[in-house]
Amino acid sequence: MDYVIEMLNIRKEFPGIVANDNITLQVKKGEIHALLGENGAGKSTLMNVLFGLYQPEQGEIRVNGNRVNITDPNVANKLGIGMVHQHFMLVDKFSVTENIILGSEPSKAGQINMKEAIMGVRQLSEQYGLSVDPNAKISDISVGMQQRVEILKTLYRGAEILIFDEPTAVLTPQEIKELIAIMKTLIKEGKSIILITHKLKEIMDVCDRVTVIRKGVGIGTVNVPETNPNELASLMVGRDVVFKTVKKDANPKETVLDIQDLVVKDSRGVASVNGLSLNVKAGEIVGIAGVDGNGQSELIEAITGLKKSESGKVSLNGKEIQNMSPRKITRSGIGHIPQDRHKHGLVLDFPIGENMVLQTYNQQPYSKNGILNYKNIYEKARTLIKDFDVRTPSEYTLARALSGGNQQKAIIGREVDRDPDLLIAAQPTRGLDVGAIEFVHKRLIEQRDRGKGVLLVSFELDEVMNVSDRIAVIYEGKIVAIVNPKETTEQELGLLMAGSTAGKKAGEEANV
Amino acid sequence: MSKRLINIIVPIIAVILGLLAGAIIMMITGYNPVDGFSALFYGMFGEVFYAGETIRQLTPYILSGLAVAFAFRTGLFNIGVEGQVLVGWLASVWVGLAFDLPKIIHLPLAILAAVAAGAMWGFIPGFLKARFKVHEVIVTIMMNYIALHVVNHIIRTVLTKGAERTPDVPQSALLKSPMLELMSDYSRLHWGILIALFGAFLMWFILEKTTRGYELRSVGFNHHASEYAGMNVNRNIILSMVISGAFAGAAGAMEGLGTFGYASIKGGFTGIGFDGIAVALLGGNTAVGIILAAILFGGLKVGALNMPLETGIPTELVDIIIALIIFFIASSYIIRWALTRNSKKGVK
Repeated sequence: MDYVIEMLNIRKEFPGIVANDNITLQVKKGEIHALLGENGAGKSTLMNVLFGLYQPEQGEIRVNGNRVNITDPNVANKLGIGMVHQHFMLVDKFSVTENIILGSEPSKAGQINMKEAIMGVRQLSEQYGLSVDPNAKISDISVGMQQRVEILKTLYRGAEILIFDEPTAVLTPQEIKELIAIMKTLIKEGKSIILITHKLKEIMDVCDRVTVIRKGVGIGTVNVPETNPNELASLMVGRDVVFKTVKKDANPKETVLDIQDLVVKDSRGVASVNGLSLNVKAGEIVGIAGVDGNGQSELIEAITGLKKSESGKVSLNGKEIQNMSPRKITRSGIGHIPQDRHKHGLVLDFPIGENMVLQTYNQQPYSKNGILNYKNIYEKARTLIKDFDVRTPSEYTLARALSGGNQQKAIIGREVDRDPDLLIAAQPTRGLDVGAIEFVHKRLIEQRDRGKGVLLVSFELDEVMNVSDRIAVIYEGKIVAIVNPKETTEQELGLLMAGSTAGKKAGEEANV
Repeated sequence: MSKRLINIIVPIIAVILGLLAGAIIMMITGYNPVDGFSALFYGMFGEVFYAGETIRQLTPYILSGLAVAFAFRTGLFNIGVEGQVLVGWLASVWVGLAFDLPKIIHLPLAILAAVAAGAMWGFIPGFLKARFKVHEVIVTIMMNYIALHVVNHIIRTVLTKGAERTPDVPQSALLKSPMLELMSDYSRLHWGILIALFGAFLMWFILEKTTRGYELRSVGFNHHASEYAGMNVNRNIILSMVISGAFAGAAGAMEGLGTFGYASIKGGFTGIGFDGIAVALLGGNTAVGIILAAILFGGLKVGALNMPLETGIPTELVDIIIALIIFFIASSYIIRWALTRNSKKGVK
């Protein structure tokens, strides 16, 4: 059998860590080959080796059977390897065509031949069914379109093997469908694809074969038709994974959080939370389901004091806390796993140890009379790192160097450790793999079972339905329905989230 | 190679490259670099007089370097150190002239006045940034000119009647010491170096050891996360500029109460504040690094004076060398790249 790409026994070390150990990846011509692994398993490292960004310590790479030495991305490009990055590498102010030709501009006497470039881009776009407007400005087009520009960029440079780095992470469900169609067209036109992902569903849907890596070690390659999501998950994590979260029935007690007629304006002055009322009791998880942009962020920001509320009341354990400072609110018993862990959750340039005391640094035993006690800080950090299974070379490592899942575990450790009466978790599993998702869900349920209130905001319906004891549907800044997850369906929730108040009946009709 | 080691090696290599480039320029222009450099180094530390002058020169450099570095470590660019030095200088002399007190009160009071004046001059851009989101670089640059002309005006109309300089500050408020001058063969060495070294300790202590420093660094790195964690971001921005300005004001006192003992009308900036940017850059914004960088720059400036006397090489050559060192620091990416590339080859 002919392989277009062979990476044989690759080993890549970084100071203090072996990122890739004896990994073999063989991609056949014309297949979609998945590279599956947890966050931090070494998928990106392996692909960066293939793309010439890293040099392996051991192992060899073959392209079309010939041994090659990929010293930098230009060499990779010449060999026909193209990478569609997760974080797009586009110039916002440039047009689609300008971005695509950047670095290999067709020119005549020092002048860029834009006409030829635009034609080339248009032709490629049509050939692969991408329907991209070559003259549109990057800042004006959607994320899904931007991704297509990235794909065109690699095709324009003559890529035969395309690497997709977690391409669906940033896309809406509709865009994901379209992307899958595009990938299939690419294969039909004779390209080969390596898909980096930790989403099992995608693999089952589009891939031919899958190579699994776990903690930097190659576990093996399996044919997708001969496997199932459960097997893949256990290969990836190294143990059996429970998809359906197991939990006892909730035992709700007194009200912890009580919100009455809350109004919050967003940065444009629009009331994005508009007379919202909701309560969370001790010992229950309330999930907020809703389409992004219906006031979820503003609601959380208002509860935690990051945003002013215009009117209404927010009470914690019977005491009003609206418009108090974030510090006072935090101290009165709210823990908050923020939606954007890089922006709000962590100081990325601080060691992970210092991040563990981000709210408590000025309390004993972490400081006394304004002087920090590093011994106690790092001792705490070591405990939390151990208890919450944060995988890091040491507590002195910068938070920036950790993988997303481990950063999230660190934040959860910090927030849970303060033992808050109410834990707010906003999109706590975004970008995490199944193992980490299971871990996060367990911790949330654990908090509930200890008699704490949990408010969960998520755009993933599965998550809301699995974890919550009650589901509050948010639509245009109001709670439009409260449903029992055991009695509802995805269809019903979907309709409620879209603003339909007809409820169950309409759900059945839509089902037909 | 560890990151820490690279951070130490890069400035050293930049200095060596700067000196090498200086040697090449000497050769091209027909001078002997060995003679040139020996004259330069002799002019730094060759005699006690020179050593005294070098220390005097580097004293304000340490403090202005600390001022720049403190702001930078907390995410702010204080380009206004120059102006803060000027108001500190004026305030120290003013208090020195206005009171008649025993030295044990008068000298600390004069220094504190300088610190307070610099802090106030730093407060304004800090406040404007925190309250109205005005960028501190623009405000601090403008504040430099305001400082220059306001100080000149006060000297001309308030402290004197149209004179070019104030009277000498009485002995009770001076950092100058006849003993130090005698020991260093009548250089202008004064006690300020102790204040500068204490300042370096203070910066390290505040940033690394206190909860306040933790907040300042946190806000500098990520003000969103700091706000989320309950810190008052605006207060920390103002505080950072105030402390930065305080260091700069102290640098002004070094000149007002140490080197000169008076304040005079200035046609332009002193350069202490701007050199502070270079010192902070070369010193990697750390307390120890700044002391070392200040020694180098102070030494080069003083040593340069000896070069024309012994070898005929103009003093401006040292300005070229300093500029080149800054250039190599600024392009340290190339040095880092070369270092990591070589160490990679070493592994193979």
